Amino acid sequence: MKALFRHRELQLVAVILVMVGLIALRFPTFVAPASLGNVFNDTSILIILALGQMTVILTKCVDLSTAATLALCGMVAAMLNNLYPDLPVLLLVLVAILTGALLGAINGLMVWRLDMPPIVVTLGTMTIYRGIIFLISGGKWINAHEMTDSFKAVPRADIAGIPVLSWLALLVIAVMAVGLRRLRTGRAFYAVGGNPHAAVYTGIDVGYTRFLSFVISGALSGLAGYLWIARYAVAYVDIALGFELDVVAACVIGGVSIAGGIGTVYGAVLGALFLGTIKNALPVINISPFWQLAISGSVIILAVAFNARAERRKGRVILKKAEVSA
Amino acid sequence: MSAPSTRGETRLVPDRLQGRAERLLKSWEALLLAVAIAIFALNVWSSPYFLDPWNLSDATFNFTEKGLIAFALALVIVSGEIDLSVAAILALSSTLMGLAMSHGAGTPEIVAIGLLTGLACGAINGMLVSGLGLPSIVVTIGTMSLFRGIAFIILGDKAFTGYPVDFAWFGQGYVWWVFSFELLLFVVAAILFAVLLHATSFGRMVYAIGNNAVAAQFSGIRVERVKFLLFLLSGLMSGLAAVCLTSRLGSTRPSIATGWELEAVTMAVLGGINILGGSGRIGGVVLAALIMGMVTFGFGLLNVPGIVMSIFVGLLLILVIALPKLIGRLGRAKRKA
Amino acid sequence: MTHLSFPASSPGPAADMPADRPVIRLAGIAKTFPGVRALGGVELSLHAGSVTALIGENGAGKSTLVKILTGIYQPDEGHIEMDGAPVRFPTTMDAARAGVTAIHQETVLFDELSVAENIFLGHQPRNRFGLIDWARMNADARALLDRIGARMDPAMRLRDLGIANRHLVAIARALSIDARVVIMDEPTAALSHKEIGELYDLVERLKAEGKAILFISHKFDEIFRIADRYTVFRDGEMVGAGLLAETSQNDLVRLMVGRDVGQVFPKVAADIGEPVLTVAGYCHPTEFEDIGFELRRGEILGFYGLIGAGRSEVMQALFGVTRPSKGAVRIDGEVAVIRTPAEAVARGIVYVPEDRGRQGAITAMPIVSNVTLPSLSRTSRRGFIRMAEEFALARDYTARLDLRAAALDQPVGTLSGGNQQKVVIAKWLATRPKVIILDEPTKGIDIGSKAAVHAFMSELAGQGLSVIMVSSEIPEIMGMSDRVIVMREGRIAGRFDREGLTPEMLVRAAAGIGEAA
Repeated sequence: MKALFRHRELQLVAVILVMVGLIALRFPTFVAPASLGNVFNDTSILIILALGQMTVILTKCVDLSTAATLALCGMVAAMLNNLYPDLPVLLLVLVAILTGALLGAINGLMVWRLDMPPIVVTLGTMTIYRGIIFLISGGKWINAHEMTDSFKAVPRADIAGIPVLSWLALLVIAVMAVGLRRLRTGRAFYAVGGNPHAAVYTGIDVGYTRFLSFVISGALSGLAGYLWIARYAVAYVDIALGFELDVVAACVIGGVSIAGGIGTVYGAVLGALFLGTIKNALPVINISPFWQLAISGSVIILAVAFNARAERRKGRVILKKAEVSA
Repeated sequence: MSAPSTRGETRLVPDRLQGRAERLLKSWEALLLAVAIAIFALNVWSSPYFLDPWNLSDATFNFTEKGLIAFALALVIVSGEIDLSVAAILALSSTLMGLAMSHGAGTPEIVAIGLLTGLACGAINGMLVSGLGLPSIVVTIGTMSLFRGIAFIILGDKAFTGYPVDFAWFGQGYVWWVFSFELLLFVVAAILFAVLLHATSFGRMVYAIGNNAVAAQFSGIRVERVKFLLFLLSGLMSGLAAVCLTSRLGSTRPSIATGWELEAVTMAVLGGINILGGSGRIGGVVLAALIMGMVTFGFGLLNVPGIVMSIFVGLLLILVIALPKLIGRLGRAKRKA
Repeated sequence: MTHLSFPASSPGPAADMPADRPVIRLAGIAKTFPGVRALGGVELSLHAGSVTALIGENGAGKSTLVKILTGIYQPDEGHIEMDGAPVRFPTTMDAARAGVTAIHQETVLFDELSVAENIFLGHQPRNRFGLIDWARMNADARALLDRIGARMDPAMRLRDLGIANRHLVAIARALSIDARVVIMDEPTAALSHKEIGELYDLVERLKAEGKAILFISHKFDEIFRIADRYTVFRDGEMVGAGLLAETSQNDLVRLMVGRDVGQVFPKVAADIGEPVLTVAGYCHPTEFEDIGFELRRGEILGFYGLIGAGRSEVMQALFGVTRPSKGAVRIDGEVAVIRTPAEAVARGIVYVPEDRGRQGAITAMPIVSNVTLPSLSRTSRRGFIRMAEEFALARDYTARLDLRAAALDQPVGTLSGGNQQKVVIAKWLATRPKVIILDEPTKGIDIGSKAAVHAFMSELAGQGLSVIMVSSEIPEIMGMSDRVIVMREGRIAGRFDREGLTPEMLVRAAAGIGEAA
């Protein structure tokens, strides 16, 4: 039992279940399947972003520009839809993803080729990308009536009783789970963050691997950008402002180590679901949404403290008896 | 015991390699000074209103409060850590000052609460980072949400207004002619921080820790204590900035000073503080504050919207770090050819 | 396991070649780092089915050569030939593809990944969809580990392994690549007696398979036992090569050090006084157990042992870096509780760490700031630094150590290894300590600086300072110590006086070989 709970993911599942259980005691409707499905659907975008962010954090970097990338890609898709209503939605989605990948590549190139600290690069591009939204949109909003119906319909469309938005999140989870576990490149992310020095000896190109992680994070942010704009049917400069913090928080809560090399897809997904549950539960239990920021802040701090305890490195174990008991 | 002495002939190693003048001329600060002068000239040329003493005095408010934060943040960064919660501390300080005011506190109490809140927030950051050994970047992202979150819980979408009349002096008062109290505070803080970082043994320890925390610890420096004090200092300066900003605006909203952490980091990095720790000087941060203040003010005179200004800040942040690397690379390539 | 390197049936390409033609040949290889010339005009040939021992003191350029052979460093001059054709290894992958694999001295592995992944990272077996085949990877890893006699679960996380097992994982990793050239950089340093025996068997098998093996070692008995040829490096140059059958241990030592061994150590008989430091029942949960010794005034106490025997760990606990779980430390008879390095320095214990770049010197800072760092309270008044006093202090102590530098405001990183070490020692002497602990004080520094450090150490002891010297070099231990303590697997394995001490006694104690063996 104790060994079971040593797993970060299981701990999180337990915490989420306890939380949902407590809420259900007072508000049974919260645990209706439709309501829980809604929580997942609501959290889908956060999940997609968290998986991109996790890839970056695994390589010992951080991407603070995800929310700005999301907003810029969403705006690009919305403006194209507004200007050329005849363009197929699929093409717009592709454009959003590619734009995201390009923005991610810009971050990645600076980290790879110029060896710049990722936090500075993405702190900078975070404001630049937002500024670009202002420049291309002229600061104007694109409202629901300026978008085509098919553009707005995709995330809500129903397949087998589940909205496309949820399906996409599930797809991204599956692809990332397989990719990070069963592709050599996927393992390289872990190696680069776990021990960059040893990665060089192993023949892994550290800079290029980091570049790739930024491209993945960017592309997923691009996809999330389209989904966000289409779901909420509005695009403007400040869309998802500050959302990058939620994304980093989801990762940290999910046990992804900010020092790199540690983290699982399931952990990140659970971390996102944890935040999503809180967000959806607050209105149910009648707590002002103004509490949300402080709650996620506290949870980030608690989570990073927990992670640090779990990761505390042992010295080289020299005594034989210590090794056996370890 | 007396230290061992020894060899017959002692070879003395000279103290310094290059003269002071030469080092100054080649420094990052010299480059910044040139840029500052160029921007000043550009402003004079592009707007006839710029040179007016009162306009210039107004311009200083663009950097005084941020500068106060940036000085302390610079020390935190030199030590190899970062504090992204500075703007949130400012917001929480301001909110608690407003709360105190709404309960009838007078100006001295309000100011004390502002400063104490800053200290308390800094102490929390410091304990989490140096006490528990957590990475400062995540900790301060967390406390950034927490501190501002508390401000939101207290204020929601409302605002505190109606501060006492004499409280307004901190942000709106003038010491002499066009020289405001805030400008005086900025100058005094600049001098104090420069002395602290460059002339005291505490400052030397900060550099040592930023360059190599392990070797610093192995040299008998109490690394954790120094880091704790730095976060405390950063909190205090954010509290001080909160007093100034709240006084100047005359109101508090929970969204006060949103995004200032980015501007403060940019100010420090533009000023030559190495984001990875270990090097940089306060003089550079002062010049960077002047430059950013003048650019903001110049853009304002030209009616450029604020968000374009933030693009400029973002670009500046990246270019400041990228350019030296690019130039270094070109230089090496040329030498090889 | 067809992708693995040892198809026992296939003779390998090397078998068809004339025996005297090298598989790989290095010609005129030179490599310079800022401030140091690591290699100059080095020649080396490796032959199929033959073990070549590479011999040289620490800092002679052996590890640099390994890094050039495996594509981690690029040579400044010279070229590499395989089967007579020039080749280049721009990356480690290129070297691996050409069939060069290495067991590096520092185990470069990944704590958070499993044993199997550490072995196969970068060339994991994949199924036809290009996905990693974990089941096969674990099975292959188990087969490889069995082959080298290592019993561990391939699915275990590396961080849960001890140092010897990590080393075995590193060996398994090197063998997982289909190689023609196998480089072993001190592969037995951290292994137990039994594991070493299994490694020798493995080397014999690789030899029989026609691999060209480069074997780097400091242990002469080992070299004469398994190697066929030798190449000796000194100060980054090749000073001799040939067949081991045609040489003797003494000849090799003379080539290695370039002078007679007896003259190297300027140990002067010191007046040994009352005990300064007494340690009793000192324990740590995972690193060492029941350590007890006494250090007297004017004494040099040597600590010998294999890498990972726990010597540095004991010293770092004494210095307050890590916390012991039990035990008493007395300084001048008084019980001393030391929880931080700052407390250790205040008590008069100072530590010159082995890892100079990470723990010893702050390389980006000037010499003067490094030297005065622990003495800031002496060079400042009310917290304000007095520059003149700083420079005076630094000038004084660097001059005593005969530091070679252009100026005192020069960053320590621009100095050679030996001079960096002098700065670290100067830093501690300036605090006027009672006990100085030197952890591998001459590792990676040139012979000239080495001699200077030894001379100085002797002089310090002569003036009443107590010295603990941790060293893995037998000549240094034998030449400098008044008494020697040998550690093995976290415990004290032997105590010896200078009189009548032989290298064999040290080696036996360190390896845990009984008198009968």
